[in-house]
Amino acid sequence: MSAQQEAAQAVESYAGERYKYGFVTDVEADSAPPGLDHDTIRFISAKKGEPEWLLTWRIRAFERWLEMEDEEPTWAKLHYPPIDYQEACYYSAPKSDSDRPKSLDEVDPELLKTYEKLGIPLQEQEMLAGVAVDAVFDSVSVATTFKDKLAEMGVIFCSISEAVKEHPELVQRYLGSVVPYSDNFFATLNSAVFTDGSFVYVPKGVRCPMELSTYFRINAANTGQFERTLIVADEGSYVSYLEGCTAPMRDENQLHAAVVELIALDDAEIKYSTVQNWYPGDAEGRGGIYNFVTKRGACRGANAKISWTQVETGSAITWKDPSCILQGDNSVGEFYSIAITNNRQQADTGTKMIHMGRNTKSRIVSKGIAAGRSDSTYRGLVRIQPKAEGARNHTQCDSLLIGAECGAHTVPYIESRNPTARVEHEATTSKISEDQLFYCRQRGIDEEDAVALIVNGFCREVLQELPMEFAVEAQKLVAISLEGSVG
Amino acid sequence: MSKPMLAIENLHATVDGKPILNGLDLAVNEGEVHAVMGPNGSGKSTLAYVIAGREGYEVTEGSITYRGEDLLAMSVEERACSGVFLAFQYPVEIPGVGSATFLKTAVNAARKHRGEQEYDAMEFLKLVREKRAALGIDDGMMRRALNVGFSGGEKKRNEMLQMALLEPTLAILDETDSGLDIDALKVVADGINALRGPERAMVVITHYQRLLDHVVPDKVHVLAGGRIVRSGGSELALELESRGYAGLGLEPSAAA
Repeated sequence: MSAQQEAAQAVESYAGERYKYGFVTDVEADSAPPGLDHDTIRFISAKKGEPEWLLTWRIRAFERWLEMEDEEPTWAKLHYPPIDYQEACYYSAPKSDSDRPKSLDEVDPELLKTYEKLGIPLQEQEMLAGVAVDAVFDSVSVATTFKDKLAEMGVIFCSISEAVKEHPELVQRYLGSVVPYSDNFFATLNSAVFTDGSFVYVPKGVRCPMELSTYFRINAANTGQFERTLIVADEGSYVSYLEGCTAPMRDENQLHAAVVELIALDDAEIKYSTVQNWYPGDAEGRGGIYNFVTKRGACRGANAKISWTQVETGSAITWKDPSCILQGDNSVGEFYSIAITNNRQQADTGTKMIHMGRNTKSRIVSKGIAAGRSDSTYRGLVRIQPKAEGARNHTQCDSLLIGAECGAHTVPYIESRNPTARVEHEATTSKISEDQLFYCRQRGIDEEDAVALIVNGFCREVLQELPMEFAVEAQKLVAISLEGSVG
Repeated sequence: MSKPMLAIENLHATVDGKPILNGLDLAVNEGEVHAVMGPNGSGKSTLAYVIAGREGYEVTEGSITYRGEDLLAMSVEERACSGVFLAFQYPVEIPGVGSATFLKTAVNAARKHRGEQEYDAMEFLKLVREKRAALGIDDGMMRRALNVGFSGGEKKRNEMLQMALLEPTLAILDETDSGLDIDALKVVADGINALRGPERAMVVITHYQRLLDHVVPDKVHVLAGGRIVRSGGSELALELESRGYAGLGLEPSAAA
């Protein structure tokens, strides 16, 4: 039986069980008042029953953040009104059922249409839309099924809050070791106030037997706005992790600032795939998520490999550059990216490849698609440190423009401090040609489908890096993201 | 008596405001193959694009009736889905889109239009396998990105494969013979002949007689200066071949 089937069965049986008892425990909890001060941090930490060392770490981050008042990054090609950080709420209780839609009938029909196009099952639709139903998905229960299987192999996969309690030594050892609490404005804010996220540890020589994705999809609805993820692959291990969901999720919080840290030891490999489809705002750019993400992986050991694959179609603003620090000799970093912006969306995304070890290799394939009045920027850094003998990088950076009012920008930085390094950069900017559209339409393919076909072709190299089941969904997502961009 | 497929009357069309077609008349019946020949710049490709509905080719006067319907009122994809096929003189490259994927999308678009069940991947592959062998197209070519890096012959054979799968009722072949060596020409001609049938009509646009040695037309028209200036049987093509357009008093320059 496949992991998916098992998950479905677990959910079903659990849902049935719940229904049998006919009631749902009220998980009413206190919320912190809006604003951010020492008390807010203590409140969050206490709510989560954290040990002293973590509270101290949070407080340190908060105090550093206070000093960073003028350090909110402005270098990105992004425009948004100043954010009032004292207005936000940093800890809120799960919504009580009376505040939530009673059924899908009360949910925005546009959202439902999208779910339908993506082929999201009904139950999952309810979960994503935040519907209060008796037979709710209970992530704890589903997680148990998976965890049993993973535990057999020694793989730890749980929420970071749980990991703090159950595996404090691992968390303490690796948390902040790739993205220090003082790293940058948003990462520092995250370090002070992070609510939850995932923790993965794969022991020596273990090949994680499943994509760590299904569980996440079910569990992801309430990971909150300050997500923190930590993945450690011990020597000779392998793990493929997929975050996010092709379906747009309902979310009340405009500001998102996540931190993801990956650590790959000798001969270990981590494959991290993201499908990001947060609410992008309406056609005029009203509303929409601000997504300020710090993602970084360290290839600590020799022959380690970290591969980032991302499909970014959502959010009003995306600020993100998943990076690799290639410390171990012969380690490999990869970055495959599709960033689609439409209407008024803005994205400033790319990667950093920091070559430190000898014979380190990196590959960057970035596909930016801009439509409507959107702005898409690729910003990348390839740095070869003096000791990185024989380092190699190949960067391919392609932009596709749809219509005449959007913008695509490429800002590649290359810093080589070792004469034996080989660094290659290729970039193209193109438009969907009238010839291509006419050719497709003459074969009976309507304009919107033709654009989807051409754009999917343009993104092919990246799409094929995604786990199979998600590649298909991602292709549909590409099409949906560009609806209304032509004609 | 066979029914009219295509009736073009007094067609005037401009490109960028410049008149290209100036009162063209053409009538094609079901089951017929017509050749349209003419010197460079006479309006042959414009005629093909106007029938297909390409943007920028503006009809200023006249009408086109396709199986009793006003063709000019239909969008490009509606025309395609109702059976109008244009084999391109220069097939367009679409990077990253496999030929098989493109074909399947096109065939399914037409099936959907007709209210038929769309093919799944397996059914479609089977269908393609039957059709492609006759055109000397191997599986490798089907997996390559559409027309990207294809030789001239491969591109044209791929056009013929698309035609064979889409089974149009009216096929316009725009200089399908150009750029082909004699062997490829034979393959393409066989592909065309295989599709000749009582319910299908074809308009073969060409410069030269040589394709017409293999695809013998029912009628031949000479297009010059944006109008049909002579029509006749297949012997007209031979006359053109021996005497040239100049011999018929049709200097290429007269077409401008």
